[in-house]
Amino acid sequence: MATLNVLILVCLGYVVLLFGVAFAADRLAARGGGKWLRSPLIYTLSLSIYCTAWTFYGAVGNAARSGLEFVTIYLGPTLVMVSWWWGLRKLVRIGRSQRVTSIADLISSRYGKSNTLAVCVTILAVLGGTPYIALQLQSITLSFSIFAEADPTGLYREGSSVFWVAAGLAVFAILFGTRNLDANERHHGVVTAIALESVVKLFALLAVGVFVVWGVAGGLGPMMDQIDASEIGQWHVDAGRWTTFIFLSAAAFVCLPRMFQVMVVENDDESHLRTAAWAFPLYLLLMSLFVVPIAVVGLDLMPEGSNPDLFVLTVPLSQGNDWLAMLSFIGGFSSATSMVIVTAMALSTMVSNHVVMPIWLNTQEGTASVSGDVRTIVLMARRVSIAVIMALGYFYFQLSGGGAALTSIGLVAFAGISQILPALVGGLFWRGATRTGALVGLSVGFVLWIYTLLLPGMEGGIIPASVIEHGPFGWGWLRPQALFGIEGIDPMVHTVMWSLSLNTVAFCVVSMLSFPSPLERLQGAQFVNVFDHSVSARGWTGSVAQSEDLMIMTQRILGTIPAQEFFQAEAERQNGRPGRLPEPTPQFLERLERELSGSVGAATAHAMIGQIVGGASVSVEDLLAVADESAQMLEYSSQLEVKSTELSRTARQLREANAKLTQVSMQKDAFLSQVSHELRTPMTSIRAFSEILRDTEGLSADEQTRYSAIIHDEALRLTRLLDDLLDLSVLESGQVSLNMGDATLTEVLDRAVSSALAGGDRKLSVRRVRASERIPLHTDLDRLGQVFINLISNAQKYCDADDPALTISAHDVGGQVVIDFIDNGGGIPPEAQSMVFEKFARVGSDKAGGAGLGLAICREIMQRLGGEVAYLPGQGGAAFRVSLPLAYRQAAQ
Amino acid sequence: MSRKVLLIEDEPNITEAIRFLLTREGWQVDTHAEGTDAVQVILSARPDLVILDVMLPGKSGMDVLRDLREHDEMKALPVLMLTARGQSRDREMAEQAGVSRFMTKPFSNTEVLTAVRDLHAQASQS
Repeated sequence: MATLNVLILVCLGYVVLLFGVAFAADRLAARGGGKWLRSPLIYTLSLSIYCTAWTFYGAVGNAARSGLEFVTIYLGPTLVMVSWWWGLRKLVRIGRSQRVTSIADLISSRYGKSNTLAVCVTILAVLGGTPYIALQLQSITLSFSIFAEADPTGLYREGSSVFWVAAGLAVFAILFGTRNLDANERHHGVVTAIALESVVKLFALLAVGVFVVWGVAGGLGPMMDQIDASEIGQWHVDAGRWTTFIFLSAAAFVCLPRMFQVMVVENDDESHLRTAAWAFPLYLLLMSLFVVPIAVVGLDLMPEGSNPDLFVLTVPLSQGNDWLAMLSFIGGFSSATSMVIVTAMALSTMVSNHVVMPIWLNTQEGTASVSGDVRTIVLMARRVSIAVIMALGYFYFQLSGGGAALTSIGLVAFAGISQILPALVGGLFWRGATRTGALVGLSVGFVLWIYTLLLPGMEGGIIPASVIEHGPFGWGWLRPQALFGIEGIDPMVHTVMWSLSLNTVAFCVVSMLSFPSPLERLQGAQFVNVFDHSVSARGWTGSVAQSEDLMIMTQRILGTIPAQEFFQAEAERQNGRPGRLPEPTPQFLERLERELSGSVGAATAHAMIGQIVGGASVSVEDLLAVADESAQMLEYSSQLEVKSTELSRTARQLREANAKLTQVSMQKDAFLSQVSHELRTPMTSIRAFSEILRDTEGLSADEQTRYSAIIHDEALRLTRLLDDLLDLSVLESGQVSLNMGDATLTEVLDRAVSSALAGGDRKLSVRRVRASERIPLHTDLDRLGQVFINLISNAQKYCDADDPALTISAHDVGGQVVIDFIDNGGGIPPEAQSMVFEKFARVGSDKAGGAGLGLAICREIMQRLGGEVAYLPGQGGAAFRVSLPLAYRQAAQ
Repeated sequence: MSRKVLLIEDEPNITEAIRFLLTREGWQVDTHAEGTDAVQVILSARPDLVILDVMLPGKSGMDVLRDLREHDEMKALPVLMLTARGQSRDREMAEQAGVSRFMTKPFSNTEVLTAVRDLHAQASQS
């Protein structure tokens, strides 16, 4: 008899072996080696975590109790694998293209990345998964106890061993399941370890079976006879239960978090599904091959009342085959541990990603430095989640006391997790499925599952017996195990029927009634049409012929020379043939995509290469991303446009300002040059004649007088010029202060005429219409007088008539006081009329005195007074019109 | 032999001053006050020396000089230019136009006389 010590030693040794394998596989994968790690065989073997301790031990127990019904648990997944592998392929493709991390993530992602849905699925998975983990722990305990009963030392204590097993599994899951942050990356270590465990459990079960058939029963023939004789051999099928269980196991196979983990998340290549489609059913067949013989022999051999769930162990033990029993124990241990590890990993990913992280990020809102320690937080969350989930399983096991039969716990869990199925399948194949629909359907199924199966099944009477008997508040139609009055069916069938059908109906009806958000619609299209626009999980593949197209495209984007350089470098890197085009290997295409994305953006680059290499049409997401990029570029270019408009406007303003400045500067130069000329000319005469007077001896008195007079005249001219310049500069700078006063126009004109005529030496007769002059004025009378004087003396100086005369008349025109000064001379030639008010403007070669500033000064003064002075053409002689706004007149009244 | 100077200047007082100075030096002084026909006047008068104002009615002294130098027989004629605009650019323009001597108003009488003497001496030698 094997002692417990040996068993424990073997157990520990086995665990160390698993650690070693997982460690080695991780190392190998990290170094990029170990292609066999990614083989279809490993994939298929990892799928067989479907066969937990429940299958390993429980199938025999189930067979012993209910005959062939245990087969349903194998038939479900087999049917899925054989007839629905295309659906699984779709699932895997979506999982890869969307970088899905768990089934909760998949559901949430499909329905517009709704975290509410993810949380629902997570809760469901944890609720369903916890008893399931407890079940595995229970199986280990039970199998331990078998050996312990036979152990004379009595060292074994049930509780402590389970605790250590749970702790050890948690450590394993943490060590190998949370090495990488990216949950979507493959965990080669874990997968390889569970693949090994799959081999061990199959081998153990087959060994026990062979031993039972050939060692106990005495060969195939006697065995068949014994089976025929047994009750188990009787073929009676309860159609309802069979259908339900096949359906349930099929649903669970797809929906269970751990199955999703190995089937979708850990999948390396979707073509592995092709192998798994026949290899996995074969594995199940082998697993089930000896279940009936073991059950029959066990029932025959073992004493009445012994637990049929443990026949796999007890039969070899009873026959004294300790080593076989040990192997069988290891097989069961493998089944339990592999399930627990993967479940813990899968659940922890869901819990940390959809529960812990959102909460943590919420609490972190407002603090700036989130990015730095997120990585550690995520890993920490995942590790703690594993520990918590394991602890939950452990406590559930402790509290439930491990009484219920293994199979029933498993089925309850199956029924719970199957509630995801409508949302999952609907999401994959029906674009009309909406988030609200999924949420309502899931909730309906979830509540019904709890109400009709979970609670009534719990020991300790969480639901009072009266409610189960008569329904809540005495409403018979709400009895948990007989909803709507439909009685007499198996509770499991009842639950599955109601929960899944109402779940599906609610899902469909609400989906049709509710309206999907844009993101939901996009994701829906992506999921449903995943094959239309995604490449297979292998990444880019291409043929040499495409290199040329790639080259042409790259040239267009990067320019000819950089593109050629890039392609040459790549060709050289591949096989030292710089002259040729490189093979479109995935590595090359990846580098090319990176190179291009630098110029056109990642999405565009991906879409472009996809069009040439993938041959597939561009995906909606690609198009959206391209549109995004183009939108950004458009925005950018419109910003540029705005900027360039601004720039050109600024430039135009600058040009205008510059032109103005140049003009001003030129005017200033011209003005200075004029001033200089006007000043230097009289000074030249003054200097020349004063030197003559000084230096020349014997000048006649006549000459002396004449030259002195010239000097005097020129000095006066100089003074006048300086006066005018000063006056003009004061007026132009606007610094002139007006000295307002009241007088009639007559008074102002009287003074101006007498003053002008007194200063001049030519004769001028002034004619006035005194009657029109009785206009009161309120203005700067001196300035206005200055204008009048200027106009009168101009007439006096320049009127070329024989009998020069000036007519001054005043009118009231359009609310303005208008005073016209018209002489009887030849007037100003039309081409000069527009210039007479410019500074230093002189008409003809007149040298009659002024520097040509007079009219410029008049114009400035009239501007200050709010009126104007203008030349009046077509009056015969020179004609000027002075106008003052009426406001000044009214102000005076 | 009488030396003939043609004075082209529109300011009568300045004309009178220069005429007084040069007559006393023994020059025959002809005067003209217009720019427009100045070149024709010089060509027909054949002076030994020209004194030319820049700011002339009708045509600027610069243009007169430029046009004058177009005629081969006028290339060596000494031209003394007077200007009242005090800008250095005028001097450059005058030199390009082929001026012999450039002088800014107001000038001292001795300056003018010295310049006229120098120019005449140079012209006689060559």
